[in-house]
Amino acid sequence: MANDRKGWADKPENRRTVRLVLYIACVLLVLADFFVHRHAEMPAEKVPAFYAWYGFISLVAVVLSAKVLRMIVKRPEDYYDDAS
Amino acid sequence: MTLLELHPFTPFLIAAILALFTRGWLRSLIMLAAPVVGAWHLLGAEPGTIMQLKFLDWILEPYRVDKLSLMFGYVFHIGAFIAVLYSLHVKDTMQHVAGLLYAGSALGVVFAGDLISVFVFWEILGLSSTFLVWASRDERSWKAGMRYFQFQVLSGVLLMAGLLWYVYGTGNLLFNHIGLESGAGWLIFLAFGIKAGFPLFHNWLTDAYPASTATGTVFLCMFTTKAAIYALARGFPGAEPLIYIGAVMACYPIFFAVIENDLRRVLSYSMINQLGFMVVGIGVGTSLALNGAVAHAFNDILFKGLLFMTMGGVLYVTGRTKASDLGGLYRTMPVTATLCIIGAATISAFPLFSAFVSKSMIMSALLHEGHWAVWLAMLFASAGVLEHAGIKIPYFAFFAHDRGIRAQEPPFNMLAAMVIAALLCIGIGVYPKLFLDILPFPTDYSPYEIGHVLTQMQLLAFAILGVVFLHRTGLYPAEIPAVNLDFEWLWRKALPGMAHGVLVVLRWIRFTTRDELEAIRQGGIYLASKRSLQLALSRKWPTGSMVMWVGVFLALVLLAGIINELAG
Repeated sequence: MANDRKGWADKPENRRTVRLVLYIACVLLVLADFFVHRHAEMPAEKVPAFYAWYGFISLVAVVLSAKVLRMIVKRPEDYYDDAS
Repeated sequence: MTLLELHPFTPFLIAAILALFTRGWLRSLIMLAAPVVGAWHLLGAEPGTIMQLKFLDWILEPYRVDKLSLMFGYVFHIGAFIAVLYSLHVKDTMQHVAGLLYAGSALGVVFAGDLISVFVFWEILGLSSTFLVWASRDERSWKAGMRYFQFQVLSGVLLMAGLLWYVYGTGNLLFNHIGLESGAGWLIFLAFGIKAGFPLFHNWLTDAYPASTATGTVFLCMFTTKAAIYALARGFPGAEPLIYIGAVMACYPIFFAVIENDLRRVLSYSMINQLGFMVVGIGVGTSLALNGAVAHAFNDILFKGLLFMTMGGVLYVTGRTKASDLGGLYRTMPVTATLCIIGAATISAFPLFSAFVSKSMIMSALLHEGHWAVWLAMLFASAGVLEHAGIKIPYFAFFAHDRGIRAQEPPFNMLAAMVIAALLCIGIGVYPKLFLDILPFPTDYSPYEIGHVLTQMQLLAFAILGVVFLHRTGLYPAEIPAVNLDFEWLWRKALPGMAHGVLVVLRWIRFTTRDELEAIRQGGIYLASKRSLQLALSRKWPTGSMVMWVGVFLALVLLAGIINELAG
């Protein structure tokens, strides 16, 4: 049965490889920022690797604020069943 | 009428009627033929073609072709073909007929040259799509469909009021730039906005789309909101409020999408987020921005359709769409999983996928016009898209925790429809020239400029790094079966609660029967109004039948008036 053995995506070594590729890609992308001339239209864009840290911080901020939002808006699954 | 003047609604109307009387392969053939015939006709349509019709003293233009309507016309035909193909295995006449009329009426809206024609197709659009919501034929879809229908009706009523005021004020019936200079303009603006998913009016979308069938949602996600985007682009290009409305639309759904458990509801929130980008583009109103908005609407039909199709496939095979019930399907559904990842990469706007081309036009336009704060907000929203649509959807459905679900690939027709959409997502991304050439407004834009590709890759790679960081540190929120309150709380909980309170008081002063009170308790406002209607028509309450006869009398007077007007 398929369930008895682990698929490729469940093996820890494969997961580690995928992460490693991501880390290397991130390093290369930041390094590239110093060699590729990119056309900056607004002040913030001139900051080195602006897009990299803005992407990282945005994502972490979205997820962490969503966790706070969940504390406020979470209700049982049958919440609307008795009224609507 | 020659074939050259064929109205785009006609093939769909004929196919819908024929679908009522046919079964099996013949019906499949007829349904597939409608978008093919329509598209074939459209390829020969010249911008500037107008079909006129005299109605009373007014000249109507139910068919007007220009580059803007053509762009939507093309993609609606492609979308209709994909959605019909995807639903061929379904043996439900109601869904097929409703789907065809729905796709056809969306075409009616984008090719309507006057506001009366827009209104007529606007209403068919709302009504036919409601039947697609109801097609699940369960309690949830019935109630969600009723709520959905009320918003569609509200939009229609506002449009009617707005267009009467507009025509009275300007003497102009044609649907061109309307603007926000008058109250009439605002009414029409709001009517379009409701169907475009404006904030506070958005919950019909997140409520109804996840409640429809696996195939119904694919139709739904393609037409209503994009017809509304077309209408805004036609009537309100450069309207400044749209910039801020769009920015809000792009930002707030991403928080709800992170914690939502139903993956089709995640996609519904994600859809509002993408509509936000289009609305911002229309608000900026330059050639580049409008092209971006139209191009993004075009691409969204394909990539959001693809994502809804993959989730529909999962629903069809497993009967589940909740993240807390799914996972590990990549081994038994590798093709669907791959297609889902293509859709996810597209919506995240990776280079070489279609959304990269269209979204970057809107982003560049924002920078060119100096809207820096909005630009930062949209960049923030782009990272949010990557989280909920790029990672969450494929990860929780196909990877994450293996729940030991027995599954296989969905039927061939579903896979074929997904493959077509996926190929278009990649095709437009890899070779955008053909696509950019048919855009309605003149610009010379090249998306693959090295600095731009680099910055987009930095944004996305580090956003993925953010996801990995949150997972590794255990900060990433778990999938929890729950309902998350949104603005819909007002009409799903607060208003019924208030109505209940009123009834209790009425009961207390002996004004209401016990039956009505019980009806409110059991089923809320709809059941109560149904029950009240039954009571009103019953003999138990003499004033009830009086109310009905007054209604019948008024209807007859109206009918007599219309006949008189037509005869005279």
